[in-house]
Amino acid sequence: MAVTSSNDTFVEFERVQKSYDGETLVVKDLNLEIPKGEFLTMLGPSGSGKTTCLMMLAGFETATHGEIKLDGRPINNIPPHKRGIGMVFQNYALFPHMTVAENLAFPLEVRKMSKSEREAKVKRALDMVQMGDFGGRRPAQLSGGQQQRIALARALVFEPELVLMDEPLGALDKQLREHMQFEITRLAHELGITTVYVTHDQTEALTMSDRVAVFNDGRIQQIDPPDTLYESPKNSFVAQFIGENNTLEGVVKEISGDHALVQLDGGELIDCKPVNVNEVGQRTKVSIRPERVEVNKDRLQDGAHLLKAEVREFIYMGDVFRTRISVAGNDDFIIKSRNAPDQIRLKPGEQIEIGWLPQDCRALDA
Amino acid sequence: MSDTEAQAGPVLAADGTPLKRSLARALRMQKLRALALIAPLLIFVLITFIAPITDMLLRSVKNEIVVDVLPETVAQLQSWDVDSTAPPSEAVFSAFYIDMVLAEEQKLHTRLGTRLNYEKTGLSSLFRKTGRRVGRFDTDVYTDQIVALDPAWKEPATWAAMMADKADRGALPLTARTWDRWADYLNSEGKDPAKTKVEDFLFTALYLDLAAGNAKSVADPRIAAAAAAAPGFETVDIRSQFAKADKDWLDPAVWQTIKIFSSRFTNGYFLNAVDLQKGPDGIEPRPESQQIYLMLFKRTLFMSLVITGSCILLGYPVAWILANLPSRTANLLMILVLLPFWTSLLVRTSAWKVMLQQQGVINDVLVWLGIVDDAHRLVMINNQFGTIVAMTHILLPFMILPLYSVMQTIPPSYLRAAKSLGATNWTAFWRVYFPQSVPGIGAGSILVFILAIGYYITPEIVGGTTGTFISNRIAYHISSSLNWGLGAALGSILLGVVLLLYWIYDKIVGIDNVKLG
Repeated sequence: MAVTSSNDTFVEFERVQKSYDGETLVVKDLNLEIPKGEFLTMLGPSGSGKTTCLMMLAGFETATHGEIKLDGRPINNIPPHKRGIGMVFQNYALFPHMTVAENLAFPLEVRKMSKSEREAKVKRALDMVQMGDFGGRRPAQLSGGQQQRIALARALVFEPELVLMDEPLGALDKQLREHMQFEITRLAHELGITTVYVTHDQTEALTMSDRVAVFNDGRIQQIDPPDTLYESPKNSFVAQFIGENNTLEGVVKEISGDHALVQLDGGELIDCKPVNVNEVGQRTKVSIRPERVEVNKDRLQDGAHLLKAEVREFIYMGDVFRTRISVAGNDDFIIKSRNAPDQIRLKPGEQIEIGWLPQDCRALDA
Repeated sequence: MSDTEAQAGPVLAADGTPLKRSLARALRMQKLRALALIAPLLIFVLITFIAPITDMLLRSVKNEIVVDVLPETVAQLQSWDVDSTAPPSEAVFSAFYIDMVLAEEQKLHTRLGTRLNYEKTGLSSLFRKTGRRVGRFDTDVYTDQIVALDPAWKEPATWAAMMADKADRGALPLTARTWDRWADYLNSEGKDPAKTKVEDFLFTALYLDLAAGNAKSVADPRIAAAAAAAPGFETVDIRSQFAKADKDWLDPAVWQTIKIFSSRFTNGYFLNAVDLQKGPDGIEPRPESQQIYLMLFKRTLFMSLVITGSCILLGYPVAWILANLPSRTANLLMILVLLPFWTSLLVRTSAWKVMLQQQGVINDVLVWLGIVDDAHRLVMINNQFGTIVAMTHILLPFMILPLYSVMQTIPPSYLRAAKSLGATNWTAFWRVYFPQSVPGIGAGSILVFILAIGYYITPEIVGGTTGTFISNRIAYHISSSLNWGLGAALGSILLGVVLLLYWIYDKIVGIDNVKLG
C-alpha cells in the first residue's frame, strides 16, 4: 500500500488511532488513502473497527490520535454538519414525521436553498432512484427497498463529493440486495462521487468495490481490488475471510523463489507458492480455493504432488457440485466443481486422489 | 369457488348454518371468558367508584327537599305571581302553616332552612325561629269550635275511621293528604295514629276543607254538621300569626326564593357555581362580594397551565439525558426520579413549607449571603408561587416518565442523519428530534394538567388564600358548609372542563399521538 501522498488523494487517514475506554485501541494505526471517485469498501467482522473508522470520517467520533484529511484539509475539528459528507445509515434513518419529499428537501433547506431550486433538486434526486411518484408518502408507507432508495437519494441530493454507507443493504432480502448493489455502484460511478462503504458481507464487497480494505483487530489486513484480494490473499485471515477456503497446516521443507515444498502435519508433501513464509522450518497455513482443487489427474502438471482423499459428502447445488472430502487429517476439505456434462459426480466413500497447480496453493502465516 | 360465487345469499359454514352465526357462536365463549376475567374489577369499580360519584354529581341538580317538605305551600304558590310586591294570600299561609307544623314535628324545617339559605341568606334562622313558634299559633280556635260541635272529634279513633272512608276522603282532600303525611310520620316513629292526640293543624286542615265547601253533600252526619256550622266559625288570620313570629314572612323576596326553588330539579347550584343566581327576572349575576367561583376556576386553570409548563421545561432535559445515557446509569438515575413516589405527599409538601417560609431554609441562606435584607425576607409560601413550586416538584415524575419512554424509542441515528445532512445541533434537535418527542410531551402534559387541576392537599397546605384551587372550595362545601349540591356542581363543572380540554386536545394533537411508551 502506497503511503506517499498523490495529487488525486481525496480522503486520507494518517496514523489514526481510536480508543473508547482508554485501555484498548479499537483502531490501531490506520493509514488509508482514497482517491477521488473511488468506491472503497471496508470489510471485516464485527468489532474490527470498520464502523468506527466510518464514524470518525463522518465526524460522529473523534480520533484519539492521528489526522483525517478531506481534500487535503484536516477535518478533525470540523463538526459533522460542516463536513458536507452524505451518509446512508443502516436503518436508513428517514425522518418518520416528514414526507419523502420533505426528507429530501431537509439538507437543501438547512443550506438555505430557495424553494424552486429545492423542488427541482428533490425531483431530480427522486427520479434518479426511480421513486418520482413517491414524494408525498411517509417513510412508513414504503417497503424496505423503497426506503433504501430514498435514503440513498437523500444522501446524494445535496451533491456531496463523498458518500458514506454503513451496511445500507443489511435489512433487505437477497434478491433486492443484489439489485440495490448494482444500483448503488451504477449511481456512484455515474455521479463520480467517492464512496466509502462498510459491510461485513464479502460478496457485496467483492461485487461493488473498486478496492476493498479488509479490517481485523483494528488494522487493515489488506487493501486491494477484489480480484487481487480473492486470488492473492496476503495472510491467512484474509484468505479465510474472503470467499471459501481450504486450509492445511504444515511446516516449510524447501523454499526457492516462487516455489515452496510444505510437509503437512500428516507427513504428505505438497507444492505451494510462498506468500509470507520465508525460511525452512517455519510453520504455515496453506490455503487452496475449493474451485482450484483438481480431481482429474490429467489436467495437472507432471510431477505434481497428489494427496489421497476419501469422499465424505456430495452436495448438488445446481450450477456447482460441492464435495466434502477428508484429506490429510482435514475432514472439512471442500471441492467445488462446475456442473458440466463431462464432470464426475463423486460418491461418498469413494477413494480419490487430488492435486492442484502450485500457484493456486498459497503458503501463508500460521 | 364457483359454488360460493353462484350463491346470492349469505356465506354458509360447512354444516349449512350462516357463517356469521357460527362465527359469533365460536367467539361467544371467548367473549364470556374475557368478561368473567374483568368482572370482579368491573363490579368493584361500579360499586365503589362510579355509583357514589354519579350519586354525588346528581346532587348538583337535585332539589327535592322544598317540594317534599312544603307540598301544600308549593301547590298554593302556583297562583302567586313571582314578581309580585305583595306577600302571598292567606291560603298560601294556611298551607304553609300545615307544612311547617309537620316539618317541625319531623325536624325537617331546619334542613329546609339550610338549603334555602344557600340561595338567600337569613332564611336558615327564619325557619328555625318560626319552627319554634309555629306550634303555639292560635289555631286552637278551630279545634275548640269543632270539638264543641261533637266531642267525638277529639278522639283520634274518630279521625282514623273517617280517614279510612273513601267518600269522606273525597270530600276532605286537604285533610286526607295532611292526615296521611301525619300518619306516615307517626308510623315511622312506631306510634299508632289512632291513639295519638289530634293536633291543631289537623283541625285547621279540616276547617279549610269545610270552609271551601267541599263537604256539603257528605253522608257522614258528623262531617255534615261541621260543614254546616263552619261558615259561622270564628277565624284566625294565619298570615298575621306568621308575621308575629317574624315579620320577614311578609317580605315577598322570601316567597320568591321558595317559589323559584320549588321544582324537583334545579340549575341553582350550577348557576351559583359560576357566580350567577336566579332572581325574579331570571338569571342574574351574584352581588360582586359573593363572586368567587369563576375567579377560582380561572386561577385553577391558569396555575395548572403554569405548572404543566414548568414540568415540561424542567422534565424535558432530564428525560433527554436519561434516554441517552447507557441503560445502567439511566436506571440508577431513574430511581432518583421515582424517589419522590416513595415519600408521602404530605411530607414532601411540608418539606416545601420548611424550605420556603420566611424563617425557612432558603430565606435564611439568602439573608446569610446578604442577598436579601433581613427585614425584607421573601414571601414564597402561602401564595401562588409556593403552590406552583411545590406542585411542579410533586408532578414532575408524571412528566418525565412518559417523555423518557417516548425518547427511548427515538434512535440516535436520526440526529446523526440530520447532522450529516448539514443541520446544526439546534436544527437537528428542533426539526428532527423534537417533533418525534411531541407525543411524550402530550402524554405528560395531559397527565400533569389533569392531576394539577384537581389537586387538593398541596394547595391546601402551601396555598394560603391566593394559591388555593377550586378543589379546596369543593372540599370546603363537602366537609364544612355541607352544601353538597354546590360542591357537586363545582365538581361537575371541573369534570366537564377536563373532558372538554381532552376533546380539544384530541382535535388539535390527536389522542392517538399520545404515547406512554
